[in-house]
Amino acid sequence: MRPFTYERATSAQAAAQAAAAYPDARFIAGGTNLLDLMKLQIETPAHLIDVNHLGLDRIEKTGDGGLRIGAHVRNTDLAADRTVRKDYAVLSRALLSGASGQLRNKATTAGNLLQRTRCPYFYDTSKPCNKRKPGSGCAAIGGFNRNLAIMGVSDACIATHPSDMAVAMRLLDARVETVNPHGITRAIPIAELHRLPGDTPHIETVLQPGELITSVVLPRPLGGRHVYRKVRDRASHAFANVSVAAVIGDGFQRFAFGGLAHKPWRVEAAENLSGADAIADAVLAGARTTPQNAFKTTLTRRTLGAVLREARA
Amino acid sequence: MSDPNDVTRRTVLASSAAAAGIAAAPAIAKQPVAHRKAPPSMTPSMQVALTVNGKAERLTIDPRVTLLDALREHLRLTGSKKGCDHGQCGACTVIVNGRRINSCLTLAVMHEGDEVTTIEGLGSPEKLHPMQAAFVKHDGFQCGYCTPGQICSSVAMLGEIKDGIPSHVTEDLMHVGFSDAEVRERMSGNICRCAAYPNIVAAIREVHKA
Repeated sequence: MRPFTYERATSAQAAAQAAAAYPDARFIAGGTNLLDLMKLQIETPAHLIDVNHLGLDRIEKTGDGGLRIGAHVRNTDLAADRTVRKDYAVLSRALLSGASGQLRNKATTAGNLLQRTRCPYFYDTSKPCNKRKPGSGCAAIGGFNRNLAIMGVSDACIATHPSDMAVAMRLLDARVETVNPHGITRAIPIAELHRLPGDTPHIETVLQPGELITSVVLPRPLGGRHVYRKVRDRASHAFANVSVAAVIGDGFQRFAFGGLAHKPWRVEAAENLSGADAIADAVLAGARTTPQNAFKTTLTRRTLGAVLREARA
Repeated sequence: MSDPNDVTRRTVLASSAAAAGIAAAPAIAKQPVAHRKAPPSMTPSMQVALTVNGKAERLTIDPRVTLLDALREHLRLTGSKKGCDHGQCGACTVIVNGRRINSCLTLAVMHEGDEVTTIEGLGSPEKLHPMQAAFVKHDGFQCGYCTPGQICSSVAMLGEIKDGIPSHVTEDLMHVGFSDAEVRERMSGNICRCAAYPNIVAAIREVHKA
């Protein structure tokens, strides 16, 4: 790792202020992705701001029947929370399908949203990568891209967002609450948090420098059947090839997809259709595949079909 | 003075590694030893106080030092192993404040006031922890490199089942129980290159029943 200085923040706004004061500062919470990348010198912060002691580790009901999840609630605790298990089961299921027990014990809600792609060329510092080094090119587009994105891709980047949790958050229309160095707070709809790669794949979210996520808020429960189905190369501890999150109730259905794009993929217009093929056609409209990852269109269609059968069983 | 015959596997490995290094890289070997051992650090050392296996410890360390390296290199607790050093293999698993974590993916300076349990804190050769005894009885290892991580992980994992924390294979999220399938899923963060998995599951099953 490159040398860095370290401080333990005592309040959310103080953390945001510290980040604004130090160029190349990073917040660290669970650290499971950041330290991994720092060891490879893909992330090279000069200053780390430890945000584990801000009291943002609680899950509370909101006034309108929703749920406010502190930014630093661990993935294990969020998946095991009784309200989440009962009323937002798709979120528990998504969390439990990700990573390993050890990683979920450390990884946080906000950190999970902000984790970076596992594209092999982002990790291989001997290869070009527009996300790691803007303007250097994309080795993935003509390389080993079997598990990379087919939706919303650009000529600069075909990386996927690796999170399962974020797919469920997108399905549930979560809001991401933040504070900036001036103490100003805002709520960002999850649909708008992550960006598509375009020609700036290194800019992954709409967060501004120094802006800190303080909580993620779920609207009131939807009811219905909750399903998260993840297809991967191993039975456990692997990233998705394709995943489908679904809530299906009386007269409504929602679907969100992982493993397809630079962000959780959801096409609301497709949710008025019926049958896996019609829904998949709408979700996958405009897909841009490579010979290696074209299988993802068929896999998405079939996984969606399996989810519909499971939800109606 | 120590008995010259008291050669542990670690000292053999250390001396043979040093010999290999000299043979492979004579130019490096000629450099002053102190220079090789301590590359210059541009960051000031920091203090951290934590409890390791019930003993209060105070360390003065570079903030880059992971909890794993602090345990192995600073406290000489070499039971926790460095496998991949990226949170993929689980060989470094220790228990912090009752939770199993990858000690390679966390900084020691982030653990002020924490209680850490390593394999050395679970049991000793004279008084094995029940999980250690079960691994021996069921032959839950071959080379043994992943074993300290497997054992720390499995002890904390049984606690997670007891606490009602569900897993990916739990059918009803509200009702959590023990099964072989649960063990396999919950232990997926601990890789065994020798593939002793069936015997590891048997060892864990026995401790759960006891």
